[in-house]
Amino acid sequence: MQESRTRNFIGNAREALDDGNLQQALDKMKSGFVERRLEARARLPEFDDIRDQAREIKNHTLANLDYYLERFERKVTEEGGQVHWCATPEDARQAILKICRDLDAKTVTKGKSMIGEEIGLNDFFEENGIEPIETDLGEYIIQLRREAPSHIIAPAIHVLKHQVAEAFYETHDQFDPDRPLEEPRALLDEAREVLRQKFIDADVGITGANFLIAETGTSVIVTNEGNGDLTQTIPKAHVVIASLEKVVPTLEDATTISRVLARSATGQEYSVYTTFSTGPRRPEDPDGPEQYHVILLDNGRSKMVGSEYQEMLRCIRCGACLNHCPVYGSIGGHAYGWVYPGPMGSVLTPSLIGVDEAGHLPNASSFCGRCEEVCPMRIPLPKMMRHLREREFDGKTGPATMRTGIKMWAFYAKRPWLYHALAKLKFRVLGAFGRRKGRFRRLPGGAGWTAHRDFPAPQAGGTFQAQWSARGGKRSVDA
Amino acid sequence: MSESRPHVGLFVTCLVDLFRPSVGFAAVALLERAGCNVAVPAAQTCCGQPAFNSGDRADARAIAAQVIEAFDGFDYIVAPSGSCSGMLSKHYPELFADDPAMRARAEAFAARTHELISFLVDIRGMDAVEAHYDGRVAYHDSCSSLREMKVRAQPRALLDTVAGLAREELAFSETCCGFGGTFCVKYPDISNKMVGDKCDDIAATGADTVLAGDMGCLMNIAGKLKRRGSAIQARHVAEVLAGMTDTPAIGEPEG
Ligand code: SF4
Repeated sequence: MQESRTRNFIGNAREALDDGNLQQALDKMKSGFVERRLEARARLPEFDDIRDQAREIKNHTLANLDYYLERFERKVTEEGGQVHWCATPEDARQAILKICRDLDAKTVTKGKSMIGEEIGLNDFFEENGIEPIETDLGEYIIQLRREAPSHIIAPAIHVLKHQVAEAFYETHDQFDPDRPLEEPRALLDEAREVLRQKFIDADVGITGANFLIAETGTSVIVTNEGNGDLTQTIPKAHVVIASLEKVVPTLEDATTISRVLARSATGQEYSVYTTFSTGPRRPEDPDGPEQYHVILLDNGRSKMVGSEYQEMLRCIRCGACLNHCPVYGSIGGHAYGWVYPGPMGSVLTPSLIGVDEAGHLPNASSFCGRCEEVCPMRIPLPKMMRHLREREFDGKTGPATMRTGIKMWAFYAKRPWLYHALAKLKFRVLGAFGRRKGRFRRLPGGAGWTAHRDFPAPQAGGTFQAQWSARGGKRSVDA
Repeated sequence: MSESRPHVGLFVTCLVDLFRPSVGFAAVALLERAGCNVAVPAAQTCCGQPAFNSGDRADARAIAAQVIEAFDGFDYIVAPSGSCSGMLSKHYPELFADDPAMRARAEAFAARTHELISFLVDIRGMDAVEAHYDGRVAYHDSCSSLREMKVRAQPRALLDTVAGLAREELAFSETCCGFGGTFCVKYPDISNKMVGDKCDDIAATGADTVLAGDMGCLMNIAGKLKRRGSAIQARHVAEVLAGMTDTPAIGEPEG
């Protein structure tokens, strides 16, 4: 499994905030995704109704998950393919390795897949002498830079154009070192030229899946570059890597959910390519792989079924919650320290790798609620982050000072008379020191605030409650 | 009790109580002008959000039960804050999910709870105020006002009836200011980036005053503006709508 750097979230975030290139890249994505989603939404009046339908489809599927997964497997088998049930990342890696070894594979092409990241597939291939080649442009760029994706649909969103050119100059030594690479077009053409031969040479092609359709045994990918199609049709074997919650009952269901997927993700009505794969090549097919495998990964998800976190399994990885998140927008994806960043990661990561490891993520949210507002699957992300905080609080795994602080505060908040007496006292103390200037530049114990902001002092005249009493203001309906 | 003069219990909020009582008095004045009988139950402290959002459900429940009890008998519960009214109306019921009797009470309580400005406009039909304010103002939407309490048009409509006031729209008006309760002290660097961006957007409008309906955002924004040495003033929107702006703005010295 990919190693986590989540414990060091605060340090990661600090680094991200100090990284000028990253900040420039994040600044650029501030409005594009948001505006395009709004426009796409405005063009489809029934958008919100389809969101409700999409939610119901997934709820129904999750309530009958075993049934639909078995049905999916049966259909895949009938079509001549094979499903590999993998409980852990290690199971998945071994199953993939066996397929590759049996074909004596030297190179493997890969379409974009977050499950590939989750099981650390590229490193594993290299350790085993197999060359993995990412064929999605964004993924290819970060593979050259030896980085992880920083966004679930735009893996290289943190990379500026000149950094892409640098990576190309460094690694593509077959070309003239003085060639111009300022234009995006030039970068694209060069990547295409490099990748073309790789597509043809690959022994195995690996893709992810946006949907697995139970009634037909079909896997579906949604892409914009067409790389996925070449990845899966040219090599001898097509291996689909997918987590089990990707299953939907019918073709109709997959198309319903697709209607909100691209609109939420990039603001497109549909992605450029929506590709359906059912089994290996049939005798009458002009092309296609000889083998078709589906690696079905659990990795902790079946434990989420029936728990407070079940709703997270509705996620279709559209990335809208990342695109609208002010925390993601401030620090980018790498700071989150594991595969899944942004609000969906703040729920999924602790559910998969534990609150002990990823406790920061559900805490690092201002609960602004925008993720839930834009999520096409209506996943109550803030509510689930709060559940995770509760688990941390009850399990006493969070920072002890925070717990004690909240407990002390609550002691007073539950005793109004004591609370008001203390408020008066605080008012006097804060007022006496701060009123002349109107604010504090430093406060004992308040460094978290005053490192970056002044702290406004209370107004003159006493607390509201004290003033209200002094005026003899009404205290109840009849008095 | 007469239908035409409803009894409103003011939920003061802990920040208004401690830092800016003038907002409480502005709220009372506006509610009275809107034809309400206003009272302020003494047995209120805070809405319980610090506990609720820190994962301390037991204390959040105890505080919620206390608030519901304190406001028994009022026709409406009104708070000069989207965040606190959101806690009262959206989250109290879910705190009692496993206690049907309390849940029913919490739901009835939630249905009577409103954010101040939307209450004035949507429930009391206020469409204009008699107030004067010389200034260019930018109104900041707090996340909970905007998303939980559906407050967006109401404060803008009333502000547009204030004599002498010119209103500017903020770019990225739906983006959080970075306060987030305990978030701003637990993750100060991230919060600072967020409030810094917000202050840039405020400055870019050319406004001399920023208004909002939540003291949390306002203390955060005012604190950042003052740290930067900005002359932009921050006030609660109720102060301007009530015409009660003779007090120094948030974070400004007395007299
Ligand atoms: S949580 Fe919702 S918004 Fe975020 S990626 Fe998943 S489906 Fe999209």
